[in-house]
Amino acid sequence: MTNFLFGRYLPGNSWIHQMSPQSKLLLSFYFVIVIFFANNLVSYGVLALLIIVVILLSGVSITFFLKGIRPLIWLIIFTVGLQILFSSGGTILWQWGPFSITNLSLINGGFIFIRFLLIIMISTVLTLTTTPLAIADGVQTILKPLKRVHFPVDTLALMLSIALRFVPTLMDEMETILNAQRSRGVDFGSGSLTHRVKAAVPLLVPLFTGAINHAENLSTAMEARGFTDSEHRSKYRIYRWQLKDTLSWIVFLVAGGLVLYLRK
Amino acid sequence: MKDIIQVKNISFNYSGQPLLFDGLSLDVHEGEWLALIGQNGSGKSTLARLIDGLNVLKKGQIFVDGLLVSDQNVFDIRNKIGMVFQNPEDQFVGATVEDDVAFGLENRQIDREKMHQLVKTSLENVNMWEFRDRIPANLSGGQKQRVAIAGIVALSPKIIILDEATSMLDPQGRQDILDLVRQLKEKNHLTVISITHDIDEAASADRVIVINKGQKIDEDIPGKIFSNTEQLARIGLDAPYTAQLIAALKRRHFDLDKEYLDREGLIAWIKQLVSTK
Repeated sequence: MTNFLFGRYLPGNSWIHQMSPQSKLLLSFYFVIVIFFANNLVSYGVLALLIIVVILLSGVSITFFLKGIRPLIWLIIFTVGLQILFSSGGTILWQWGPFSITNLSLINGGFIFIRFLLIIMISTVLTLTTTPLAIADGVQTILKPLKRVHFPVDTLALMLSIALRFVPTLMDEMETILNAQRSRGVDFGSGSLTHRVKAAVPLLVPLFTGAINHAENLSTAMEARGFTDSEHRSKYRIYRWQLKDTLSWIVFLVAGGLVLYLRK
Repeated sequence: MKDIIQVKNISFNYSGQPLLFDGLSLDVHEGEWLALIGQNGSGKSTLARLIDGLNVLKKGQIFVDGLLVSDQNVFDIRNKIGMVFQNPEDQFVGATVEDDVAFGLENRQIDREKMHQLVKTSLENVNMWEFRDRIPANLSGGQKQRVAIAGIVALSPKIIILDEATSMLDPQGRQDILDLVRQLKEKNHLTVISITHDIDEAASADRVIVINKGQKIDEDIPGKIFSNTEQLARIGLDAPYTAQLIAALKRRHFDLDKEYLDREGLIAWIKQLVSTK
């Protein structure tokens, strides 16, 4: 688990680290859409080349990166395997009961494998180079237009950042409760499924009461510190659109255009 | 001396519970360090919340720096008062140290440049500037309380209320926080109200108010309060060790002309006593 990279943040100061979170979020989203337009080897090749450049620019070594996402590859292979076995069309190469492998399903399976891989790679780069807080801020910036229809964007962003801030706190508390229950003889690791679910109840109840207490105290502390509502606040952090963002967008747009031009 | 807080004849109860305060009055002098002591449930924390406008009074009035605590004034009042709460975890709003100090400033819509400046100076004030990137999970309780204090100092309040702010810290952390607040008090001419059951903390205050069951039992300098060991025992509070020792010595007819001494003072007196014998 220690070198598992998906969803983790690695501090750094690379090109990608310095980009603004909102453009990283949007670029990842855009990249995923472009992936679904690619449908032959050349167009996938363009995207693969692009993602390799992106990984290099994030300051993470390719081997370290690949090792970090390896656990997910098994998941992809499993999904792709099912896809190959159950899809039809083309000449049948092998058949056994309801399962069949055709030349078309093999090609499709290969493409799905590449798609999955590319999506996982771009999202891993996003979380590797962006703190959760910055992602929350990015979401806030992107959703800002929704303010016009009175969608509580700022409240949502504040909730998100407080939730993220409390994740380690609650993890610690869970560990404490876990140990406290273990010392009373509760066995969390073995027994039937129903047994294990039942064992989780004395874990969850104190965890929830603790969380509710935190929430209540935190709201008092926030009020005492002059919090009224999340709309009328200034911002300490700002992520400005930079030259790096514009340049990255140009490269991504060109790659997108290439994919559209090269696809069948 | 001017009274910076005046509590006048207040009554309050939490809904569905009997009256916690019934006609309580007290004053806080400007620039003093006031300790509010009393047992759990005596109402001392509630009093702090009432002063900060976090709970609403049934009857009576509270004035803070000349302003009546009311719905209209509550935000001006909170600009004057900084509160440090008991649980370091539950007052850390920001994702990192810096963000947390900025929280109060953001609420007051201070512009960004000034905010960055204020965050830096306040964190330097509490010696936490080098920890600015840390997330709360990587800080000790004492460090979190320092951050909380920085968040308050950034807003330059007139009054700091420590609501059992040191009770979850180890003795060293406790002493560090108290030293820090004392230093800030002198520097920024603050008034400090410390709500505590730590008798040693109260012993170093300028004045002590004893609260029991919502009533003000006594108010005086710490020396007078702690020499009255019987009264303290009656309401379930321990006297400081030195006060207990003095009371014990008096029972054995050692004549001590002072009411109360701190540790050093008492050691000096005992040394003198031994050498004259």
